[in-house]
Amino acid sequence: MTTWDRFVETFFNAKVMLKYLPDILSGMVVTIELAVLIVLSGLLAGLVLALLRALAIRPLNWLIIFVVDLFRSLPPLVIIVLIYFGLPAAGVSPSGFVSTWLSLAFVLMAFSEEIFWAGITSIPKGQWEASRSTGLSFGQTLINVVLPQALRLTIPPLTNRTIAITKGTALGTVVAVTEILGQASSAVSNSYNPSPLMMGAAAYLVLFLPVVVASRWIETKFAWKR
Amino acid sequence: MSNPIVDARAIHKHFGPLHVLKGVDLEVVERELVFVIGPSGSGKSTLLRCLNRLEEPSSGSVVVDGIDMLDPRTDINHARQRIGMVFQSFNLYPHMTALGNVTLALRKVAGKSRAEADALGLAALQRVGLADRAGHTPGQLSGGQQQRVAIARAIALEPRVMLFDEPTSALDPELVGSVLEVMRDLRQSGMTMIVVSHEMGFARNAADRVVFMDDGLIVEQGPPAAIFESPAQERTRAFIGQIQRH
Repeated sequence: MTTWDRFVETFFNAKVMLKYLPDILSGMVVTIELAVLIVLSGLLAGLVLALLRALAIRPLNWLIIFVVDLFRSLPPLVIIVLIYFGLPAAGVSPSGFVSTWLSLAFVLMAFSEEIFWAGITSIPKGQWEASRSTGLSFGQTLINVVLPQALRLTIPPLTNRTIAITKGTALGTVVAVTEILGQASSAVSNSYNPSPLMMGAAAYLVLFLPVVVASRWIETKFAWKR
Repeated sequence: MSNPIVDARAIHKHFGPLHVLKGVDLEVVERELVFVIGPSGSGKSTLLRCLNRLEEPSSGSVVVDGIDMLDPRTDINHARQRIGMVFQSFNLYPHMTALGNVTLALRKVAGKSRAEADALGLAALQRVGLADRAGHTPGQLSGGQQQRVAIARAIALEPRVMLFDEPTSALDPELVGSVLEVMRDLRQSGMTMIVVSHEMGFARNAADRVVFMDDGLIVEQGPPAAIFESPAQERTRAFIGQIQRH
């Protein structure tokens, strides 16, 4: 047996791969479900917080800034563990799936709020004044004039952050979520062979490469001539 | 004299420790074109912005077309439709077409349908000579064209008075004429206008009254000929002299 054969036998073992392919595929489904939930709820909550912050109600803004800074400082894994092992003490027992979803959604909410907020504040004051001078209300100006411009500015940092946080679904392994990495590592333990890990890596590429490419496309599509 | 459309009395404005307006009275009657001149920092723009409450006056009263602008019960968004404003930096919405810029308030504030708003918006663009640019975004227009779209955006709401805050100061010299041309047309159509500007030639030809401000106060006012040829106050004389040397 040559070295090359041994390498293939170890890392790309066809028999092992075939056996655990269904597990990896079901892991992909779980990862996709988690990712979609995290992205939708995290971005929506972040946008809502940024819009609330624009109302400039001081005590509310302190609260928003506190929550956002908290979730930006804590490692996502710590939040997952806190929710999964800590909440039962308060009488709520979220599953590993729910714990991972909530944790990463909170983190994405915090980061995206800051990005949305930076976008909103970067719109020149003159845009507000022009709109208000024609009789549009604060809310109408925010929705029709400021937000469409702010969102375009936020797309590049937002897609970056969204991808980074969504990849954190792998942390769900710790609380027994059967996503890609969880399936791959238990397959490795059962087969005494690291091939499933290679399948896991491939699965992440298959999932996230298109997202990265799509985000590039969105960035160019939404850029407009100034 | 008809009733004043704009009646501002004893306007004071503080920005922190800065006392920017120190008791300004300004009355403007229908169809009048009032030019406000003065050194930078004299409070001209602030006065203009107090009239539609983009700045909140610290004290005083502002009545525009019979509406008390400072009364908390006044629907300020409704009142502002009657007061068109044009800014030095145009402030067009970059993500909308020229027509979109003009029709936004028609649809959202005046409650017109899209078709009605588009018709009114095109008519307004026609008045500033830019109907053929309706589908262009601001980035595709020259500075002069952008400012004319901004004027169209204001006049589409059929305001009772128009405020111009240094409308030509950000323009290249060769583009100033087209904007002044539109303002001249507006004047001929009987629009009441208050103009803060350094275009003295335009003031001489078109203004009914020139108001000279310095240090937060109106120093002197009168017909353009009187203010430019024989100002009564020393400060006015010094300012006019400085301007005309250029």
